[in-house]
Amino acid sequence: MDQSEIQKKIQELQSLAEKNSVDIQSDLKRLQEKLNDGKMTPADLWKKIQLARNADRPTTLEIINHIAENFIELHGDRAFGDDQALIGGVGLLDGRPVTFLGHQKGRNMKENIRRNYGWAHPEGYRKALRLAKQAEKFGRPVITFIDTAGAYPGLASEDRGIGEAIAHNLRDFALLRVPVLAFIIGEGGSGGALGIAVANEVYMLENSFYSVISPEGCASILLRDPNKAAEAAVQLKLLPSDLMSFGIVDGVVPEPDGGAHADHALTAAHIKTQINESLKRLEQKTGEQLARERMTKFLSMGRFVEEGGPKPNFFQRLFSLNRRT
Amino acid sequence: MAFFSGVVDRLLGRQQPLPQDITFRDERSFVAQKHSCPSCHAHLEAGELENNLYVCPKCGHHYRINPAERIRTLVDPGSFQEFSQEIQSVNAIGFPGYEGKLSEAKAATGQGEAVTNGTATIDGRKVVLSIMNFKFMGGSMGSVAGEKLTRALLTGLEKQLPVVVFTTSGGMRMQEGIFSLMQMAKASAAIAQLELARIPFFAVLTDPTYGGVTASFAMLGDVIIAEPGASIGFAGPRVIESTIRQKLPEGFQKSEFQLEKGFVDTIVPRTALRKTLAFLIDTHPNR
Repeated sequence: MDQSEIQKKIQELQSLAEKNSVDIQSDLKRLQEKLNDGKMTPADLWKKIQLARNADRPTTLEIINHIAENFIELHGDRAFGDDQALIGGVGLLDGRPVTFLGHQKGRNMKENIRRNYGWAHPEGYRKALRLAKQAEKFGRPVITFIDTAGAYPGLASEDRGIGEAIAHNLRDFALLRVPVLAFIIGEGGSGGALGIAVANEVYMLENSFYSVISPEGCASILLRDPNKAAEAAVQLKLLPSDLMSFGIVDGVVPEPDGGAHADHALTAAHIKTQINESLKRLEQKTGEQLARERMTKFLSMGRFVEEGGPKPNFFQRLFSLNRRT
Repeated sequence: MAFFSGVVDRLLGRQQPLPQDITFRDERSFVAQKHSCPSCHAHLEAGELENNLYVCPKCGHHYRINPAERIRTLVDPGSFQEFSQEIQSVNAIGFPGYEGKLSEAKAATGQGEAVTNGTATIDGRKVVLSIMNFKFMGGSMGSVAGEKLTRALLTGLEKQLPVVVFTTSGGMRMQEGIFSLMQMAKASAAIAQLELARIPFFAVLTDPTYGGVTASFAMLGDVIIAEPGASIGFAGPRVIESTIRQKLPEGFQKSEFQLEKGFVDTIVPRTALRKTLAFLIDTHPNR
């Protein structure tokens, strides 16, 4: 049974039980456990990680080419150079101009050397912010595609301030007065992913993952054995179903049977459906509402306990204090 | 302003004065005894460091210090009032062994989390402080650290006070999975609020500051100060060496390197920090 079938089964059982007032708690619990990826074996979960990293999955540029009528790539951060691991540009989506941003992986060794396997340098994040501000100036929505193992952990990257570049994106994407949508299309690796993922709505493809650290990194640091990556992947709770249950992402975009690589056009069509649905909703809002809602979304994230509980209406009061918002 | 402070009390709970008997336990008890400086091996007498802001009087080596030591060496005596200490961590993603790690860290530091918040005065100027503690699970930032930092920033906004943050961290707290990653965006959104309200935010980067802390609030200060000789970066040296498969240059990622590359405004020795912060507060009035 796949997930949607299990979900359907649960719903059927619930409605049956309501009609006939029978106790189905034990059956329900069993099915819920099946649905819960926490019960997946490390080997099962690792297959999903490999699907997310499959080199034949549709890349950012391929998705853009499928869903946009026209697209022009815009290059460079205007300070250092052009990062081909993080691309951007303007496209037409059902006649409406939008700005696309995304990590770009290659399909073969030659392409991957040019694309640095989708590991972006600071100039990539600075280009992304430049194009996002350009989108804001012209009232275009920003749509980002995330597919990176992380920001590049190299000498040049540190020299040019990868931390500073990501930090500014986090702050300034929060302030954008246009709709921002983010799609995790493969690997959502740590700060390198988040650097273009501060969005009003965040979606994950069915076979993608989004994590604070790669399973391999977590295994070598916390489990002290890089070979335990599958085990670490289970512990990190990085699948779409986990992130949905945590309230961190807003939805899961279905993939064709076998995975996104099996049918690029169909995968892109599913993404386009979600973009149109989201933009229909977000385009009703003012720039101020969009920025506020985005900030409130991220300001609310985190799980902790507090004596006396949370204070009511925190954000309404906050925004009423900050008249310049 | 009375209106603001009333709102803040309701929003954040009443601020409690720091109890007189508050203790930040620290296994580095050697710094209080006679020992040799780890940097220049000079012989230091018992109590010599405590009387010199935990800076080696011979070579200027800056020892890592905990929030209690920072407070004692920086703010006007008796002016520190801690807030948001009641926020506690939970095992949000059910990570094996996390509760045990938390209790160990609490026992080792005598503190509830890796961030301590408070209001205080520095040479008579009121500020909001948020101070990280490397001894608490490597200063790793999870939901509680993110929330505390956010509240410190928003308290600055609501009380119209400058915010000074002292960073020291190995990065995000892996045991909290995706929740910890989101703290980077959360703190940055709070700074976006300060940006709009034109409230000054000063970041003081201390040894070591890495990972998601560098890639968020540490690099977003209106003025970014580094302590001398601090290691500051995104990826750690070992990770970089394994990526590029070569040795890193001498002094890589030190404060002086970051100053040369243009990522910190100034390097300020601990002995001059109080005066420098006072000057910056005076020259960055709220508008």
